[in-house]
Amino acid sequence: MKLYEQTASSLSQLLQNKEVSSVEVVLSFLDRIELIEPYVKAFITHTPAMALETASVVDSRRSGGEELHPLAGVPIAVKDNISTRGLRTTCASKILENYIPPYDATVIESLKTAGLPLLGKTNMDEFAMGSSTENSAFYPTRNPWDLERVPGGSSGGSAVAVSTGMTPLALGSDTGGSIRQPASLCGLTGLRPTYGRVSRYGLIAFASSLDQIGPLSLTARDSAMLMNVIAGHDPLDSTAVSEAVPDYTAHLEDGVKKLRIGVIKQNVATGFDPEITAAVMKTVTLFKDHGAEVDEVSLPLTDYGLGAYYLIAPSEASSNLGRYDGVRYGYNHGGDNIETMFSATRGKGFGAEVKRRIMIGTYALSAGYYDAYYLQAMKVRTLIRRDYEAAFRRFDILVGATTPTPAFKIGEKIEDPLQMYLSDVCNITDALAGVPSLSVPCGISSEGLPLGMQMTASPFREGLLLKAACFLEQKRDPVSLRPRVKLPEGGEV
Amino acid sequence: MAIDFSREVDYVARLARLTLEPAEKERMAGQLSDILDTARRIQELDTSAVEPTSHVVDMPAVLRDDQTRPSLILSRVLQNAPRRQKEYFRVPSIIRTDPD
Amino acid sequence: MKYEVVIGLEIHLELQTLSKLFCGCSTTFGREPNTNCCPVCLGLPGSLPVFNRRAIEMAVTVALALNSCIHPQSRFDRKNYFYPDLPKAYQISQYDRPLSGGGFLQIEFDEEVRNISLERVHLEEEAGKLIHSGESIMGSEYSLVDYNRAGIPLLEIVTAPNLASGREARLFLEELRSVLLYTGASDCKMEEGSLRCDANISLRPAGQKELGTKVEVKNMNSFRSVELALNFEANRQEELLSAGGVVVQETCHWDEEKKETIPLRGKEGSSDYRYFPEPDLLPLVLEDSFINQIAATLPELPASRRVRLKEQYGLSGSEAVLFTVNRPLGDFFEAAAKLYSDYKNLSKWVRGDLLYQLRESGKTAAETDPQKFAELLTMLDGGEINRPVAKELLTEMVLSGKSPQKLVREKGLEQIAGDEQLLPLIEQVIAENSDAVESYRQGKDKALAFLVGKVMAMTGGRADPGRLNEILKEKISRG
Ligand SMILES: [Mg+2]
Ligand SMILES: [Zn+2]
Repeated sequence: MKLYEQTASSLSQLLQNKEVSSVEVVLSFLDRIELIEPYVKAFITHTPAMALETASVVDSRRSGGEELHPLAGVPIAVKDNISTRGLRTTCASKILENYIPPYDATVIESLKTAGLPLLGKTNMDEFAMGSSTENSAFYPTRNPWDLERVPGGSSGGSAVAVSTGMTPLALGSDTGGSIRQPASLCGLTGLRPTYGRVSRYGLIAFASSLDQIGPLSLTARDSAMLMNVIAGHDPLDSTAVSEAVPDYTAHLEDGVKKLRIGVIKQNVATGFDPEITAAVMKTVTLFKDHGAEVDEVSLPLTDYGLGAYYLIAPSEASSNLGRYDGVRYGYNHGGDNIETMFSATRGKGFGAEVKRRIMIGTYALSAGYYDAYYLQAMKVRTLIRRDYEAAFRRFDILVGATTPTPAFKIGEKIEDPLQMYLSDVCNITDALAGVPSLSVPCGISSEGLPLGMQMTASPFREGLLLKAACFLEQKRDPVSLRPRVKLPEGGEV
Repeated sequence: MAIDFSREVDYVARLARLTLEPAEKERMAGQLSDILDTARRIQELDTSAVEPTSHVVDMPAVLRDDQTRPSLILSRVLQNAPRRQKEYFRVPSIIRTDPD
Repeated sequence: MKYEVVIGLEIHLELQTLSKLFCGCSTTFGREPNTNCCPVCLGLPGSLPVFNRRAIEMAVTVALALNSCIHPQSRFDRKNYFYPDLPKAYQISQYDRPLSGGGFLQIEFDEEVRNISLERVHLEEEAGKLIHSGESIMGSEYSLVDYNRAGIPLLEIVTAPNLASGREARLFLEELRSVLLYTGASDCKMEEGSLRCDANISLRPAGQKELGTKVEVKNMNSFRSVELALNFEANRQEELLSAGGVVVQETCHWDEEKKETIPLRGKEGSSDYRYFPEPDLLPLVLEDSFINQIAATLPELPASRRVRLKEQYGLSGSEAVLFTVNRPLGDFFEAAAKLYSDYKNLSKWVRGDLLYQLRESGKTAAETDPQKFAELLTMLDGGEINRPVAKELLTEMVLSGKSPQKLVREKGLEQIAGDEQLLPLIEQVIAENSDAVESYRQGKDKALAFLVGKVMAMTGGRADPGRLNEILKEKISRG
């Protein structure tokens, strides 16, 4: 039995039955990292010693008869925009290359309390701005299904680490698709929770009104288990809601009978890769065959979502990223007066995409343009919310493709930002509406690339999404979840 | 009418405190014009009777009690400082005047 | 042409909470640099703000005290600009939906009561502090930053442009300080920067409606400098306009040494702050019950106290002002007035001898017992002691806190009541000072006072001067 091939939930069982120790589990993943990581570059920082330390504490507590969290001893990898005390947190940016937070994000505290060993911090697009993980200041991460392709982004490192069995679980963050799009491109389950469901305290802000931390995993059950750890109110985050947290694993097996499912017309559009549309429709049929009620739904504002998103997110980003000025932390380029120091530090410290977004956001908020751009975008956001509210009066779950195409080639879109932005076209409107949304694998393309289906529910119905995803898993060949990584020098692992 | 961002680049870069190389500036002007052309399609929508959404969470602000909590120790406060002097952060000459 | 001066003030006030506006760091002044700091007030990546309830309560208290209308829902916005004392490169402030709107403060100006209207009151966060390597910001090679102050709650009070002179501005500030001290929201120390004031000043031809070009004046570090600076600037603008010149819209610093306003160079046009709603903070919703509760606990404010002091105790305008501005002294007066009903006399003693003794001894009115003070005045009125003794006792009382009764007994200072004790002394004085006796007989009244003084000295001041006078006159005229 290869431990690194197990899901988090089966590892949890093995650990609870004391069939394996957490140290053994961690060692298995560390070996796997050693083998795979050079080909995919999913991590920025490795923390083997920390992971083994946590694992041995968990093991001794467990052998001492203590009642532990079901995920105690199950390792995890965390996106490098989530602050870890005493451990470098870079946001994949040169500007934070040597930044060591003096505090833990609330989700990190939750992971520590539950006893999940941290394997490392994962690669991402710089400041979570991108859809391919090519915008990392350090190196791109490669898609294990085809090393010439992108894994999606911005949580590409987290997705690849799970997909290749370097970790059973990972945390990502989703501002406008950054969990769901890489999950889809790597064949995983990835959940963007309701805005406010998971504390943002310690998550390095990209766009504050949109950012959410969420799980990436092989199965819906694994994501549900991880949601049980991270969801909940936090007195340190004013936007974290106090709504009670359900047990997300409780109703996973309940099936889809009577579920009202709406297929979003705009997200199975004619411009999309026909294989994706076909895979989504096939999955919808499966739902229908098992008692779900299916109909088509139009979200007419979807066409304007991209525009609103690419004004709101950069505007907030331009303000959130002002603090990287070389005074308190981060890169400092020097300069003989304060303004040249600020400008040179930021000009040299940020990468091209980050600078583009800061420029758009600064422009959209500046005197004379605010009403036409930012304010109008916020009003469109209201209309988008109404679209969803209307749809959720008729449906429990809205479905469509997660992405218009499967994974694209590295370098293919990097010079054309607008084309890159379009790869998130299905993931943006639900983020603007603040509703939960999940990507689940729904097939493999003729080229052998994973295809994803996105499911969206009304606020706080993450459980419903996980239940539907779990239903699909049971109808699917489990082997298809894992890529065989074809090595450039020949052979596969 | 397409937006010509090239006239705005210098002003916006200055406002954002970003030094841009000439080539970078030129490339960016083109890209930003394209992006804004797409983004401003939202102006087609009539929103005259629509309130803006700045938060998707419909609840009032949370208030905490006025209690002090321990601050960070000085060495932690300064540990990431690129330039420091004694217990201060150090910055170069401030030629510009203070803001309002 | 005659010109009219138009001044508007913008006052920033640090609120006296225990912890900062958005984090739990202490607000204590004067700590070691950068030791009142945490991820939130240092603006570390990933940190988030959470409102301090007490700061909101204090802000509402001040707004109510200034008759400003509290908005049931207000919003916080980001004011974006780069400056090394601003950790996040934005200040969390309020822009188009402030805590409260309108309001007024009454001031007395040349016997006339004026209502100075306010535009708004809003809450924002304080910035850190810069220490320059050279003497001033301009010539310094480098500067050092201390973020202890960053994040302290700051209340901004903006007046309408309706003050007409430097003196009126100063009176307004004095009245405002008085109100703020009454609410307990701030210690109002301009020297420590807990109260700061900037001004906009413009001139327009008398009678004209629209405002002239304004100049912003900063760096005024006392109420006196506000008056001086605004008068200077008003004169400067008037001379300029009268000579056919135009006022340039700019920002000036008040130079305390040279006593003049100096334009700041290097400031470009108006800044573009890119305000937008703070996504990390939800709107501030203030329920009626919350506001009413604060309104119910609002202390009596200076203006109404002044009126009440005049009506209730028959005090003069200046007495009422003194007992309002010097709040502990006023409180002392009112406590003593419960036990001593000759208010005129009480006021005379409180603002005269008591105030003098407090200054001399360095004690405060709050440390002095109004009951013992009332006792002292009652003893004086009843003839148990005379005025000089009363004054001596007051000195002792302020220092030691002992009761006047006890002091009198300890020191044997009771007034000599019976004539039989005085007569031998009087006879001795008459015998020893025959010259003076003769002068008095020849009509020189001063000589009698001399003789009274002699006897008084022999009694250690315990004689009743009135009675002494009578007996002496009687004795001498009898021959
Ligand atoms: Mg202000
Ligand atoms: Zn703090």
